Amino acid sequence: METTLGQVNASSVFFFIVFICITLGITYWAAKRTKTTKQYYAAGRSITGFQNGLALAGDYMSAASFLGIAGMVSLRGYDGMIYATGWLVGWPALMFLIAEPLRNLGKYTFADVVAYRLKQKPIRIAAAIGGILVLLTYALAQMVGAGNLIKLMFGLPYELAEVIVGVVMLMYVLFGGMVATTWVQIIKACLLLGGVTVLMLIGLSNFHFNPGELYGAIQTKYSVSMLNPGGLVTSPLDAVSLGLALMLGLLGLPHILMRFYTVPDAKAARKSVMWATTLIGYFYCIIPIVGFTAAALVGQDIIKKIDAGGNMAAPLLAEFVGGEAFMGFIAAVAFATILAVVAGLTLAAASALAHDLFLNVFKSGKATETEQVKVAKTSTVIFGVTAILLGILFKGQNVAYMVGLTFAIACSGNFPAILLSITWKKITTQGAVWAIIIGSVSATVFIILSPTVWVEVLKNKEAIFPLRNPAIISMTLAFLVAIVFSVLAPDKEAEAKFEDEQLRTFLGVGAE
Amino acid sequence: MAKTAKEIVQSERFRALMRKRWSVSAILTILLFIIYYGYILVVGYGKEFLGQKVGVYTNYGIILGVLVIVLSWVLTLVYVIWANNVYDKEVDEIKKDIQ
Repeated sequence: METTLGQVNASSVFFFIVFICITLGITYWAAKRTKTTKQYYAAGRSITGFQNGLALAGDYMSAASFLGIAGMVSLRGYDGMIYATGWLVGWPALMFLIAEPLRNLGKYTFADVVAYRLKQKPIRIAAAIGGILVLLTYALAQMVGAGNLIKLMFGLPYELAEVIVGVVMLMYVLFGGMVATTWVQIIKACLLLGGVTVLMLIGLSNFHFNPGELYGAIQTKYSVSMLNPGGLVTSPLDAVSLGLALMLGLLGLPHILMRFYTVPDAKAARKSVMWATTLIGYFYCIIPIVGFTAAALVGQDIIKKIDAGGNMAAPLLAEFVGGEAFMGFIAAVAFATILAVVAGLTLAAASALAHDLFLNVFKSGKATETEQVKVAKTSTVIFGVTAILLGILFKGQNVAYMVGLTFAIACSGNFPAILLSITWKKITTQGAVWAIIIGSVSATVFIILSPTVWVEVLKNKEAIFPLRNPAIISMTLAFLVAIVFSVLAPDKEAEAKFEDEQLRTFLGVGAE
Repeated sequence: MAKTAKEIVQSERFRALMRKRWSVSAILTILLFIIYYGYILVVGYGKEFLGQKVGVYTNYGIILGVLVIVLSWVLTLVYVIWANNVYDKEVDEIKKDIQ
């Protein structure tokens, strides 16, 4: 099969321009509704549970999971499916453990929750470090991915792609704040879910809508091993550690947690997670079918020829079943996906810099609304430009480990502090601060010493740290640190405030 | 009669609600762990089992993979139904004592 992928394609440009026009139109509308910090960070808490569920799905489903998992299934078969399940299981955990308390306790950032009855400044500084580390590593992975994908799909130079993504995303966040970001994420979620559904249905129509027949075609064309678990899970300890990072890392991702402040109350937060779980679960059920269909219809040779990692499996399938126009649509959806995720990351970084560091550390909580919005917008530009520069700096680098690092830091640094501050009366400022610092630093150091970076990126012979993902060790370490520090030096003042906190956490009394 | 935060939080009613809330969360989280990590361990140690065919071509592996996602979703739904029908009502009752 001949492909026009990688050339400037009229339909992809058309769909892309339509998307940009609509989203910038929304941004213009949103800009008029974005004057205060509550509007800038939290869309005035006016988003409904269902809308937030869609936006959470749009914030979470990255190009890596759309193009990456479809590609992985098309080339490695069943192993890609194992990976797909890991991306969903954090959502129920988020619901059971922290969603509603988080909504009731906080205002704009997860640091609000941790700092509720502890000392503001040290907690805010530590949480901002943990948060920014997560956001930077995630943004870096997204930006490098974006540059490569856009180059593959549209034939644009890498650097130009970085600048386009960065500038469009900055327009959304800078002028439209959380209102525009939310709607970009909602539109992206609808396009992605709709596009992939159509892709799956047209693909499956070649097999009489019977997945069994599709698996049969795979087995005949390749071998039965495509349908069986292969080399992904060779060391179960490694797999469990990666699973922990994927599952509990979600509970420490600042851009996801921030979305809970856009809804009016805890009940709406609960509804958002239910919708997000439904939509994301559906997505990860159908994306392996897209991957298998691509392998059966397009063939692994062509997929590998275009991109060795298989990332172009879904667009190639779209071209095969729906021609150039449909491929253009799917390519534009992938572009929209990247924009929506990076916008969410940037807004979360702005809130960490402006709300946590500027307002609560440098200004001790005293600054005017106008001043706060101004600093939030400046922070937005700083993070956005940093993301573009990092993207260009890491051109051609293997950054696959970055997503693993993001989730490892989130689950080791932020998650233990959040969970303990909600549930444990005796947590102290020292305990929470050191849990965040030790958790984040140990996760980063262990990843550098692990086979993923030490051997595969730095080309050393043997890894110093045995696990590919350190979450099982670094998260345990963070919990231990928090408990030891809190028990050794109790804080009676923080304990005394626990009852007030519980009233707000579980009954919503005084929630903002 | 209005009660202070301390009185409400220390009341038997609030403490019973907390016990119930965290029991439900703990049970659901443990089930989630069993489902997901159980699946990962089966993938690690039971590759032959997963390769066995259920239909003509479909095997246990594919069925279990989808089942992990579906069951995780069901657990979330169970939590929502419980919270909407039990937790919210209790919270409203306890809040009546505050004003």
